[in-house]
Amino acid sequence: MDFISVVYALLFYLASVIFVVFVARKIYQYATVPAPLKIPTMPAPLTTSGVALRLAREVVFFESLFRSNKWIWLFGWMFHLALLVVLLRHLRYFIDPVWMWVALIQPFGKYASFFMLIGLAGLLARRIVVERIRYISNPSDYLMLLLLLLIGMSGTMLTFVLHTDIVQLKAFTLGLLYFDWQPLPKDPAVLVHLGAVIVLMIIFPFSKLLHAPGIFFSPSRNQVDNAREKRHIAEWATKLETPNN
Amino acid sequence: MAAFDVPPFRPYPIIPELKPDAMKKDGPFIAKPDHQEALGFPGKLVDNWQEKAIEKMGDLLKRFRSFQVYMDACVKCGACTDKCHYFIGTSDPKNMPVARQDLLRQVYRRYFTFAGKYFPKLVGAKDLTREILDEWYNYYHQCSQCRRCSVFCPYGIDTAEISMAAREIMDSIGHGQKYCNEIIAKVYKIGNNLGLPEPALRDTLEGLEEDILDATGVAVRLPIDEEGVDVLLVTPSADFFAEPHVDGLVGYAKVFHQAGISWTISSYASEAANFSMFIGSYENMRKIALRIRQAAIDLKVKRIVFGECGHAWRVAYSFLNTLAGPFDFLDPKYPVPQHICELTYDLIQRGALKLDKTANDHMKLTFHDSCNVARATRMGSMPGGQFVIPREVIKAVCNHYYDMPSDTIHDGTFCCGGGGGLLTDDLMEVRVKGALPRMEALKQVTDDHGVTHMAAICAICKSQFTKVLPYYGFRMDQIVSVHQLVSNAIVLSPPE
Ligand code: SF4
Ligand code: SF4
Repeated sequence: MDFISVVYALLFYLASVIFVVFVARKIYQYATVPAPLKIPTMPAPLTTSGVALRLAREVVFFESLFRSNKWIWLFGWMFHLALLVVLLRHLRYFIDPVWMWVALIQPFGKYASFFMLIGLAGLLARRIVVERIRYISNPSDYLMLLLLLLIGMSGTMLTFVLHTDIVQLKAFTLGLLYFDWQPLPKDPAVLVHLGAVIVLMIIFPFSKLLHAPGIFFSPSRNQVDNAREKRHIAEWATKLETPNN
Repeated sequence: MAAFDVPPFRPYPIIPELKPDAMKKDGPFIAKPDHQEALGFPGKLVDNWQEKAIEKMGDLLKRFRSFQVYMDACVKCGACTDKCHYFIGTSDPKNMPVARQDLLRQVYRRYFTFAGKYFPKLVGAKDLTREILDEWYNYYHQCSQCRRCSVFCPYGIDTAEISMAAREIMDSIGHGQKYCNEIIAKVYKIGNNLGLPEPALRDTLEGLEEDILDATGVAVRLPIDEEGVDVLLVTPSADFFAEPHVDGLVGYAKVFHQAGISWTISSYASEAANFSMFIGSYENMRKIALRIRQAAIDLKVKRIVFGECGHAWRVAYSFLNTLAGPFDFLDPKYPVPQHICELTYDLIQRGALKLDKTANDHMKLTFHDSCNVARATRMGSMPGGQFVIPREVIKAVCNHYYDMPSDTIHDGTFCCGGGGGLLTDDLMEVRVKGALPRMEALKQVTDDHGVTHMAAICAICKSQFTKVLPYYGFRMDQIVSVHQLVSNAIVLSPPE
């Protein structure tokens, strides 16, 4: 085993641990901080299954964003959907033998990367060109897009232009999973692609990427409209009800 | 007329160019020590306010999931940037919802996140300075907590929640707003926002009874502190004397009379409005809500009905059960509480009211959805009932009704500009400018359909429009109460 492969392997473990531990901590925090009042944005569903449907529409179609701004929706939705397909396609590097459906989406996954890049480029262009969005952007907001673009471009290059030893790459990823380390192909594009993914995994729990778990815990979207029928009270609020208060 | 320029109507709804610092000001008057202390807050800005503010922020992050999640989840997508009426009316970028949130978020990041502690420049994190406190005070009092931004945010981030948290933090360090805190102190002392004591209230109600008798020849009662009746009516105290509010109160009285429902007002809980919501204080909000519970117990009523008031209906519909429940001592046949529009609507459906629509033929009407009613409550049993029921009531008593453009009504409604504790003369400029989108929509139905009047079911909206309509070339009496229309149309049975 060579030095670079060892470093990448170790970084992958580190990034995975950071990602899992800190995202889990955040989810635990969101789940345990109480929502003391009923604040769904109305009109809201009257049942839990209605709420599940509302959240599903938000997560799958970006319903509110669609209503809000068609350009941001177009680019944002295109990016996220393409990213999903691309990620599913990447399962082929972690499973052996490759599942049937993963093999079937392979061509879609390959071309989805272009949509991902178009979406990201659109978002970046808006961030730079639209005065209002430029005003609210911090350096981290640009860097996040650039990082994703870097991942997307290096990946697309690997798929279509700078073919690498993909069999060896898969041996590396499977080796990570089974703790049986294998050397990594040393093409620069591979190193850039994997390096950028590692960085993304590490910053995920400390950045605005927390919108992913966050949306499920947003009280304005996940609450049932039943305040009159069912008393909703947080634990800290019940303490106010003891007689000497 | 004004010390500022009233924004012109836009030929079509273009998004304004940014004018940084256009509304950079000192904010509204600061609360006096008496009023601060009556609410349990320090009298004036404490010496170690930075430390205390951060401490309070930490406390709120642990108690309010909304605040914690909303601080983290924003991706700066910009979808909300053009949705706030104050931004549309003032062009000040800090009135864009996300920028308003960022005033708090920059400090949250600095003190509570890894990235902000170690890479502040990268993520726009900032130390809490006096300058930032002043910006908080100014811009969190240019938010009417109308929740319009929340509708359009992909994560439902509700700037109202963040404004409330900001105001709670400022109160807790002794830097509260005079208007809200003075009013809350008055409720504790006297029972209502206007500080009307019981004898004055009794007088007013008697005067109204006489007016109704003179006008109709029918003796309609407006009882106060009467035990053992069916309904406790809790209504904003503006209904007792302000125009056009009081015409609405007369309308409720006629509805009760005609339906044969016995009712009363309580002098102890003579206020539906609960301004503690505006300052984000759960404890104070609860204290005011408990007065209503107490009044219901003392007067041995069976039902609680709320009069026309937007944020009052939010506290009533969404929070009352939480703050002052359970209401198992009331008649379980009725929801607790009920809105007066729900009650009137049910009666109309049952044919229990005789109505003469032609009594309102001198008016062509439209309806202003008040933000709190539209986006924070419901009426009736189906989602969106809060849009349908008031309109159905209006249509049952008027022949001419037209909606304003579809993107300015229902849950996309634009705030009147005076909600959220902004209904004070020291905030006149932001109130007038924030009314722009609503005024544009009204102009459109005026031009297209000859609409002459706009009905509303919120005491703040009514007062605000009375003030701002003239700035935009309308007459102040073009705003009417929904139950004023009912009052005009209802045919009273002669006394038996
Ligand atoms: S719409 Fe929501 S996520 Fe987007 S910038 Fe506004 S608050 Fe942030
Ligand atoms: S809650 Fe209303 S007033 Fe406040 S920022 Fe959002 S849109 Fe503007």
